[in-house]
Amino acid sequence: MTFSPELETRFALLLTHYPEGRHRGALIPMLMYAQDEVGAITPDLMEELAKRLGLKVLEVDEVVGYYSMLHKKPQGKYHVQICTNVACMLLGGAELYEHAGKKLGVGHKQTQASGRFSLEEVECIGACSWAPAIQVNYDFHHDVTPAKLDQILEGLQ
Amino acid sequence: MKLYNPPSPLETKVVSKRFGMENSWKLDTYLATGGFEGFKKAMGMSSDEIINEVKASSLRGRGGAGFPTGMKWGFVPRNTDAPKYIVVNADESEPGTCKDRLLMEHDPYLLIEGILIAAKAVGASKGWIYIRGEYRYLVDHVDDVLKEAYQRGYMGKNIAGTGFDFELYTQIGAGAYECGEESALLESLEGKRGVPRIRPPFPAVSGAFQAPTVLNNVETFCAVPDILCNGGKWFADLGTPKNGGTRMVCLAGHVNKPGVYEVPLGMNMMYFINELGGGMRGGKKMKALIPGGSSCPLLRADECDIAMDYDSMAKAGTMLGSGGMMVMDEDTDMVKVALRIMRFYKHESCGWCIPCREGTTWLQKMLARIVDGNGAVRDIDLIGDLAKNMLGRTFCPLGDAAAMPTISIVEKFRPEFEAYVAKNPFAASELVQVA
Amino acid sequence: MVKLTINEMAVEAPAGMLLIDAAKLAGIEIPAFCYYEGMALQAACRMCLVEIEKAPKLMAACVVTVAEGMVVRTEAPAVVKARKTTLEFLLTNHPLDCPVCDKGGECELQDMVFKYGVGESRYTEVKVHVPEKQWSPVVFYDGPRCILCYRCVRVCGEGMGVGALGVVNRGVFSEIAPSHGDHLECDECGACIDICPVGALTSGAYRYKTRPWEMEHVGTICTHCSNGCKTTLGVRTNEIVRGNNRDRSGLNGEFLCVKGRYAFDFNHHPERLQTPLLKVNGKLEEVSWSRALQAVVEKFKTGGKTGVVGSTRISNEEAYLLQKFARTALNTNNIDHHRSGDVVTLLDSLSGKAATLGTADDCYNTKAVLIIGADLSQQQPFLANQIRANYRHHKAGVYVATPGAVREDKIGKAAVRTTDSDWLTGVESMREKLKGETELLVLFGDAVKGAGVSKLVEFGESLGIPVKYICLVDYANSRGAMDMGLLPDLGPGYHGVEPGLSLPEMMAATDLDLLWVVGANPLRRHSFSSENAFVVVQDMFLTETAQRADVVLPAASAYEKNGTVTNVCGQVQRLKKAVETVGAKTDLTIIGLIARAMGVNLGKVDADAVFAEIQKTVRGYNVPLPVIVTGGAAQTMPVNGRVSSTVLPELIQSSRDTLFTTGTLTRYSKILNEVMEAPGGLYR
Repeated sequence: MTFSPELETRFALLLTHYPEGRHRGALIPMLMYAQDEVGAITPDLMEELAKRLGLKVLEVDEVVGYYSMLHKKPQGKYHVQICTNVACMLLGGAELYEHAGKKLGVGHKQTQASGRFSLEEVECIGACSWAPAIQVNYDFHHDVTPAKLDQILEGLQ
Repeated sequence: MKLYNPPSPLETKVVSKRFGMENSWKLDTYLATGGFEGFKKAMGMSSDEIINEVKASSLRGRGGAGFPTGMKWGFVPRNTDAPKYIVVNADESEPGTCKDRLLMEHDPYLLIEGILIAAKAVGASKGWIYIRGEYRYLVDHVDDVLKEAYQRGYMGKNIAGTGFDFELYTQIGAGAYECGEESALLESLEGKRGVPRIRPPFPAVSGAFQAPTVLNNVETFCAVPDILCNGGKWFADLGTPKNGGTRMVCLAGHVNKPGVYEVPLGMNMMYFINELGGGMRGGKKMKALIPGGSSCPLLRADECDIAMDYDSMAKAGTMLGSGGMMVMDEDTDMVKVALRIMRFYKHESCGWCIPCREGTTWLQKMLARIVDGNGAVRDIDLIGDLAKNMLGRTFCPLGDAAAMPTISIVEKFRPEFEAYVAKNPFAASELVQVA
Repeated sequence: MVKLTINEMAVEAPAGMLLIDAAKLAGIEIPAFCYYEGMALQAACRMCLVEIEKAPKLMAACVVTVAEGMVVRTEAPAVVKARKTTLEFLLTNHPLDCPVCDKGGECELQDMVFKYGVGESRYTEVKVHVPEKQWSPVVFYDGPRCILCYRCVRVCGEGMGVGALGVVNRGVFSEIAPSHGDHLECDECGACIDICPVGALTSGAYRYKTRPWEMEHVGTICTHCSNGCKTTLGVRTNEIVRGNNRDRSGLNGEFLCVKGRYAFDFNHHPERLQTPLLKVNGKLEEVSWSRALQAVVEKFKTGGKTGVVGSTRISNEEAYLLQKFARTALNTNNIDHHRSGDVVTLLDSLSGKAATLGTADDCYNTKAVLIIGADLSQQQPFLANQIRANYRHHKAGVYVATPGAVREDKIGKAAVRTTDSDWLTGVESMREKLKGETELLVLFGDAVKGAGVSKLVEFGESLGIPVKYICLVDYANSRGAMDMGLLPDLGPGYHGVEPGLSLPEMMAATDLDLLWVVGANPLRRHSFSSENAFVVVQDMFLTETAQRADVVLPAASAYEKNGTVTNVCGQVQRLKKAVETVGAKTDLTIIGLIARAMGVNLGKVDADAVFAEIQKTVRGYNVPLPVIVTGGAAQTMPVNGRVSSTVLPELIQSSRDTLFTTGTLTRYSKILNEVMEAPGGLYR
């Protein structure tokens, strides 16, 4: 399996970051960056990374299943993550999530049939003082009301 | 970079002093405002001198545990040729906490300089900034900053012409609160599941890749350059005895001016909420607050007239913690708060040990059932009992972090639980005692 | 030694010992699921929490080392409560499967709850449930029952060196996962199933067959490879239902490979011979024992040129009696068996030298090991396990000289690839490293034979360090067959006799009048050229050889007789009869019946009496009887003296078996055949 030249360069550089014989440390970053390109952690991707790092596929699988941001199924083009943890909940995060669900027509960790939007109820994303907060892919949005959410979603085509 | 909330004139800005400056994250800005002076000074000091200065500052870990930083650095073995490392805990996943994000965004060189001073103190040659996966934009940002630093000779070989060599990298996480626990973070750095390690040995002796490692929170490292420049005593005097310096508090919830503010340790909590936070919004009364991240016992409004420092908060039965202060007004449903907190810990429990894995699940299900209207009288006592059965029994502090807020909510807001249960026509009988 | 106090009792323990072990020394049991001697510490189950004075909270005894003056209480109220409530937590998601769970009656969770648990559970929520999975024909995993003690992961990774099990997901959804997502590629040894404290991992060969208390457990020796592992057979109504070694009796502790654990089912294969057969008009017909024996005795009395092929899996007593009968009554030294290792030349080479033979214990304790020409994990799994444990626990130096990659490469200080003819060059290339060791244990396969053995011993001497040798052989009683003199030129105890024909010579001869094959299948590999010979075969199945026979006598398996066998290291252990196959007789009985019918006096023909004679007459076999009868392993003394042999070393040939094959027997094991064909294949 080959990746884009940019990703290959990133991988090559990454492998130099670790002490001799400890390049397994590159696994989680490689999974994250490759996931962006491949769309999900596919069996092929796991085998490829296992091969490159001298690991068993099982060892890669153990890691993939542990971390929330690694997913074996593809998400939407825009993955909407709405925090409902305490600080956001106090300022309407739960209602915002419900609103998003109705607006997008999908539930937790589901993707629209068109593949445009997917939704996830997430834990604290680190924007508590500017709650309610959401992420769309990696972008933060603060002080999000249902109206503001509608605006954001409309802007994403 | 745009600030997410306006600063307050009542702040004491040490680590956040460059927030809002134009191009605050660029090297030239950093150098023009006294940057790297602390590191240059450290280059002329011995390991003991640097560590003693940090000890004199009474700087304690700003990530949540509050362990004395100077003491931690002192545990790294000196007389060994083995490589030593620096690891920065930028996992920032404690609910309520959003400060390290700002430091990396607005003043990344402050973090870098702090790292270099620590490296000089213990003889480290390499370091990793472990950044949570959700902060992907910051990983890219810090990578850009490091590129500039390397290019300009402020990282790599012969840093700033001092002859000191150091390699620094970012390491991205992938979504796991437990990776904020130092030994679990090190496991994740090694490319494994974020499950904590048996301790002892501690990271200072066996850390990243089993080498002696200094592992501290972002804000902790950021405090170090100014300590070196102005002296440990100066830092200590900003706060209260044994609780030196300033810290960033992330004010959130039902206040008029939520935001991240840097204040001296020892500032009165109510003063902070009213004067910096603008008081309760909508004219409501305060009911309770979480003082320093969801792992802390909650305080009732009438318990908040205390100083915000490690010792005072401990005396009040809670913790200064990570600085995540979430204020709740009189309309807040405390049972739902308890449920949401337990949901979080159940979701994040790594699963390694029985009491946490099963305990958080049981409590979450029970609290959900109560909120759904199917609670029983005996459940109320059971919550506290189960939480206490987790306390002190788990493999890592996540079990305690789940238990402590839960116990405090049930003890301090019992009537709210009783109200939920009273609505259930099938509320059952008394608690079954554990024989 | 460190002095500490446990439960107000003064205890002394070696410095560095774990508190949980120190308590055990003092007779105090601290419960634990995840702590397992010999494997990495986990501190995950939290059952071993104890109160230590001055410690701020309860501490896990499995990760605390004893300290001078430490004061420990293992029954303090806080500890008692902690155990109860931890078990209560564990039972929240654990299903109430006891009535249908294989582990019921042998379950550590049941035992713990009985001893330390709450009488009532307060859990009223819905349990987390996932369906049971099947990972191989023999391995089933039931997630809900799993208590996540991680023993299986460790025994597979550290213990067996395979690493086919891992942990996936997080929190309460964590579960064990197999190497290939939904199925296992592994040795299928079943260690994971036996080590599981609960019924999360169950055996496909044993599921739902019986309750443990319905079985009688008989400890005997596995009848497959030469390592001599004890396997405790669970027997119910004369059927072997399972094999394991959980009671850790025997030299193998808990270790068993897939054959020791599962490949007992050949014993009740429908094709087991239960009636004697006589060739009438070119076809084998079922006849009575008296008719069959009559035919045999008639031919034996007639005499002529006779060949006798003995077995590598019959007992020492049977081998001894067979050669005695052949030599005294049939007057022939044309006696041989399938030889797979050159023990004879090794014994000869060691004569007068300081170097000696090695034992299974040496594999675990020696400071350095050299493996020549053998894939230990495939062919000698227990010895491989010992060496792996030796490396893990003591950092032993492992050196490998084999034709292909082997599992030991990964733990080897040096590994070279050699050929069967050129192994010495490879070994030589490691000379400097080997000289740096303080002692060495050498294990060698059939690549080293004849003059090669002497060269090897010379090499060993030249290192200037103490060296021990193990000559690897293939089968359960290959050593016994040689020690008892099933050889054309050596009698019992390696006394020289007038040389007769070797096995290949017997097969190639065109003028044999009589061929007697006991528990062997030479026609599998050789063609038999004496077209007119009268062939008598004693065996369990209608093998290729039996099909050529004129008389076939149904024989008992090793699990159906008493007696002794000798393993590759020369350790004698007893066989204990576990079951019976109606119609079959032990080889000992058959030989006795033939002798009696011929009027030959062999003395008392029962296993004990013959063993007594062996003790008196066979060099090295003067072993203490109490060790044998109590199920122990007695080391035979190596023969000290020249052993002159005329047999050509090229005749020595290992069958290069694998984990899933041993000679003819394993063909009849349904389980072995199933796991061989399962997706995934053989794990290397």
